[in-house]
Amino acid sequence: MINLTINGLNVSMEEGMTILEAAQFLGFPIPTLCSKEGLSPYGACRLCLVEIGEGDRAKLVTSCTYPVQEGLKVRTTSKRVDRARRMIIELHLASCPQSKIIQDIASKYNVRQQRFRQEHEDCILCGLCVRMCEEQMVAKAIGFRGRGETRSIGTPFDIKSDVCRLCGGCMYVCPACSLRCTFSEPDKAICGACANIAAPCLDKDKFGDLMCYMDPCVACEIEK
Amino acid sequence: MNPEVVQNILEKHNEGQDGLISILEDIQNHFGYLPQEALQIVADKSGQALVDIYGVATFYKSFSLKPRGKHLMSVCLGTACHVRNAPFIVKEFEKQLGIRAGETTPDREFTLETVNCLGACALGPIAVVDGHYFSKVKTVKVKEIINEALAGFDKIEIKTDQRIFPIEVSCPRCNHSLMDRNNLVDGHPSITVTASFGSKHGWLSLSCLYGSYNVSSEHVIPIDTVLNLFCPHCHAELISGSNCSECGAPMVPMIVRGGGVVQVCLRRGCKGHLLDLGE
Repeated sequence: MINLTINGLNVSMEEGMTILEAAQFLGFPIPTLCSKEGLSPYGACRLCLVEIGEGDRAKLVTSCTYPVQEGLKVRTTSKRVDRARRMIIELHLASCPQSKIIQDIASKYNVRQQRFRQEHEDCILCGLCVRMCEEQMVAKAIGFRGRGETRSIGTPFDIKSDVCRLCGGCMYVCPACSLRCTFSEPDKAICGACANIAAPCLDKDKFGDLMCYMDPCVACEIEK
Repeated sequence: MNPEVVQNILEKHNEGQDGLISILEDIQNHFGYLPQEALQIVADKSGQALVDIYGVATFYKSFSLKPRGKHLMSVCLGTACHVRNAPFIVKEFEKQLGIRAGETTPDREFTLETVNCLGACALGPIAVVDGHYFSKVKTVKVKEIINEALAGFDKIEIKTDQRIFPIEVSCPRCNHSLMDRNNLVDGHPSITVTASFGSKHGWLSLSCLYGSYNVSSEHVIPIDTVLNLFCPHCHAELISGSNCSECGAPMVPMIVRGGGVVQVCLRRGCKGHLLDLGE
């Protein structure tokens, strides 16, 4: 067991836990967009920042990637953390204003406006869908492409991937898009829920042991 | 696209288990870009996911997924070049070629791209065309550079280069002149001999200008082929005991009119040669 202090509370946690898991276990709320149980931590959204250390040596780290350490002093809602977190919320709002999840977090932290150039992206590059596809669905159909400001997530060459079995898991976990509909270009569709009548469960022989996150499910709707 | 080429490249790289970047580099060197089918083959053979390969291919700027032109022009837009007017050089290239930076002309002749630094800031603004560096480029020089690239850099400007002069040679066996006045190379009578490689057999005309490597031949001779040359008059094989100092292939001797011997390397593409004018 590892002894550490979270918000002045002396606790002992199991080795290998992250600060985020420890804080959530104790009931300290830490907002996060890119962390999900069952998927490896990634530290992309930066919302789960916490302050560790003391005095001049205090620093901000992402709690989802930082393992608990002996004698660590963690503050999950210090002034500095709050300031940084509000800034990050503003940046997320500037890129993805239509996301309900981001809006909810913003209102929770009383962020009423943002001061950056407004964009209308449908992706915050948190990589949740990429990890979902690789780690839970074992498909590796989508991934990161390019770099810098042209970095994006999608299938290679923007065509429907051979290994994609249309499970819809990527959209299920996405905090930014409600559903990326590409109706006009069914070839490029990740989900194809609306355009592609061949819903995943109709292809059951091809993907025997499959999970479906489609809601509403196209095939079930047709059967009705 | 020929899938065998990709197969061979993968075989060379330990069945695709070696570093992905060097595999992609070899593919790009062969095709000039990374064809979609090639990446698919790499994914199938190496067992890596196509997304990962595609991610690497799109991450690095030196990889291109679009076909590129015969001539690659890179203009430096680093800080030092930038303050010395490089953006105007790029604009001039764009105007002359009729394409934007990052694009390829429809006839697939030129690809224009900008780079962030070529590491020769003191010489800026710099443009690199097919591996040839042009320093302190001015907008008025852009057209010249494009024309030079079109003509090909391997062809040397004969009029201005003082090191180039015509020679007349003859066979070292029968002493017949090898000059062919009906077959001009570089505008001068050519040195015509019979060449054979593999199962091909035909005439080969070399430029008589010392310093020019231009040739014409009956058959297309692939680079790196080591030829056998024969005198068209006495049919003796032209060969000397010495080997090329650059590539080790045998050399062919020819008597220079006025005294002396010139030896040239038999490997196509090798520029090894030896001129001994005696006294």
